Amino acid sequence: MITFDLNTIWFLLIGVLLTGYAILDGFDLGVGALHLFTKTDLERRIMINAIGPVWDGNEVWLVTGGGALFAAFPDVYATAFSGFYLAMMLLLVGLIFRAVAIDFRSKQPMAWWRKMWDVSFSVSSILSSLLIGVALGNIAWGVPIDADGEFAGTFFGLLTPYPILVGITTVALFMMHGAIYVVMKTEGELQAKIRGWINNTIIFFIVCYATTTMVTLLYVPHMTDNIRDNPILFLLPLANMLAIANIPREIHLKRNFRAFLSSCAAVAALLALFGVGMFPDLIYSAPEAANSLTIYNSASSQKTLKIMLIIAVCGMPMVIAYTASIYWIFRGKVKITEGSY
Amino acid sequence: MDFEMLSRIQFGFTIGFHYLFPPLSIGLGLFLVISEGIYLKTKNELYHRMTRFWVKIFGLIFALGVATGIVMEFQFGTNWATYSRYVGDVFGSALAAEGVFAFFLESGFLAILLFGWDKVKPTTHFVATILVCFGAHFSAIWIVVANSWQQTPTGHHIVGLGDQARAEIVDFWQVVFNPSFLDRISHTYMGAWQAAAFFVLSVSAFYLLKRKYRDFAFGSMKIAIVIAVVASLLQLVTGHSSASTVAETQPAKLAAFEGHYPAHAPAGMYLFGWVNENNETTSGLEIPGFLSFLVHGNTEAPVTGLKAFAPEDRPPVNAVFQSYHLMVGIGMLLILLSLVSLLFWLRNSLPEKRWFLWVLVFSVLLPQAANQLGWFTAEVGRQPWIVYGLLRTEDALSKSITAGDVLISLILFGLIYLLLFVLFIYLLNEKIQHGPDEPEMVEGHLA
Repeated sequence: MITFDLNTIWFLLIGVLLTGYAILDGFDLGVGALHLFTKTDLERRIMINAIGPVWDGNEVWLVTGGGALFAAFPDVYATAFSGFYLAMMLLLVGLIFRAVAIDFRSKQPMAWWRKMWDVSFSVSSILSSLLIGVALGNIAWGVPIDADGEFAGTFFGLLTPYPILVGITTVALFMMHGAIYVVMKTEGELQAKIRGWINNTIIFFIVCYATTTMVTLLYVPHMTDNIRDNPILFLLPLANMLAIANIPREIHLKRNFRAFLSSCAAVAALLALFGVGMFPDLIYSAPEAANSLTIYNSASSQKTLKIMLIIAVCGMPMVIAYTASIYWIFRGKVKITEGSY
Repeated sequence: MDFEMLSRIQFGFTIGFHYLFPPLSIGLGLFLVISEGIYLKTKNELYHRMTRFWVKIFGLIFALGVATGIVMEFQFGTNWATYSRYVGDVFGSALAAEGVFAFFLESGFLAILLFGWDKVKPTTHFVATILVCFGAHFSAIWIVVANSWQQTPTGHHIVGLGDQARAEIVDFWQVVFNPSFLDRISHTYMGAWQAAAFFVLSVSAFYLLKRKYRDFAFGSMKIAIVIAVVASLLQLVTGHSSASTVAETQPAKLAAFEGHYPAHAPAGMYLFGWVNENNETTSGLEIPGFLSFLVHGNTEAPVTGLKAFAPEDRPPVNAVFQSYHLMVGIGMLLILLSLVSLLFWLRNSLPEKRWFLWVLVFSVLLPQAANQLGWFTAEVGRQPWIVYGLLRTEDALSKSITAGDVLISLILFGLIYLLLFVLFIYLLNEKIQHGPDEPEMVEGHLA
């Protein structure tokens, strides 16, 4: 049975930050992944400006999640970031190129300039999503950790089928999520066009999701231990499937906002499933399961966890309140004006 | 080149490049609060145009700061994993506070600043400007807390032995208000204000020289001159105070500032000089006894020199000496430039002094150089320690990566940052050439 000590609370809070990141930046990355499917310059500007005012704040969820991981579980931060060195560098390159592509694309009129940044926006969004998924896949599947808690594998050792499958599933999830977001933010012809893509993105995602689930059940049995031991948790995959099934229904009824909420719920349920599967491990060690980094053997002191909890309890309600009000200010359909990207 | 040196070069290069942008965001944030405040108070359309123009520049600078900043947050873990394990308990809280309290605030309200002109009331927009400015200043607090703790660690205890040792927090407020924090944050702020003030002065002087946007340029200059004068004079105070704290808490670093070798003797201050690290001598133009006077109020008082430390506990001396002296020299020059600007403004002759406007155009490089040199002095002067007196830099590296990995990433960052820098200068130049929108354009856009 779970005891709600500080370590568990921080496991949950980092889960909340990463879920916030996946829900919010997830649609930004998804919009990026779909970007090249739009054709005209105006359509592409609308795509970028749909996320224009918010993507930057959304990325902060990752920055803060990383900071919280550093503070609460420094050994996990150190082992994972140094162990996945080249993959992390590629992720940084992806995030840098996405940021500057959004910012620079529409600042010059030349066709080659815009094309260059369109490609870089799309490729970097797909690459970033893929790498995030591959990282999650690896810590679930297990990576070699030595007795000192250091990563003992190689870069190419990280690119095995299961992590790559999780990576592709992540791309698919974000594409679906992003398509629904864009439908909510657009109107007219472009909206009709993207509405037509949603079913394809849902099918792509469900195929990936079903495959990942089967592979996990067959080959990654430790990810299912907690659910088997606590059958009540079976509600999570159930909620997840209902949320996914609700998306085409809402889209069909043209209730775009409710479709988006369903998609958010699906993302949250997926990450919750991942968290339940991992708990109390943060990095699963294979083949030496005893060397796994857990929320106990890799944590900061109780005092630090407590101080940070105070910081989080004071700060996060404010963050959520003004993030919501900023989304409210920028609600409605995208309009291209002189100040747009 | 060895693993440690490559890792240090990568960190120095990426942080140095990143630090071109945050000082400008911090200082421009202040500038925008002033200009938009004047607009709301006077309803003078000039200040509205001014705010809108500098907000656009702010947006570009902020984007580069974000893109290069995320690298920094990852890099502690990727390249300095042993350090991360050692300091995580202490350092992490500050980093988490920075994210929760400052980054969300800055990036969230930046959206309103950039895209909210037509969506919110003018006063709401002004509140957003204040919050972005506040967020920028607040984020500097936490990162300087963390860095100051590395210089003057307090409020912690060491748990574990050998490879397993790490610092754990005992008193949060002692960690935050460690001995060097207040000096260093105020020194950092003033450097940031100077960077932005001279940036605005440079662009505005350029317009005056081209005889374009005269009212706009002169109006921007007035705000910038006030900031420049205040920041440059206060920088003298914070600089002196910082050096006094270094004398107390990091004597080896202070000795390196002035190339002072004798273990226990009165020390002078060099206007310029050269340190011969092999012979352990320093030559140059010296004011005898002046360092003793600044530190102890007495020209005869002894100052701890480098010979009081074992050679393996000393920082590189000549590099620190040169960067420190260049920084101080630039600081003095900035005081002169800001006072001369003020004088010409008060005499109403600034727009006519073309030679001085040309000086101002190039003056943008000076505070940037001083900021870089200051951090170089602070960080190289702390060597061979990564956490002063506790953890050596050579013991702080990641164990699961190789020199080859670092070389690959260093080349990667080198190429990408070169590209970013070229693009930044290109787009900045475009924005400057385009200039502020004409009054009717702003009006039309509002309507």
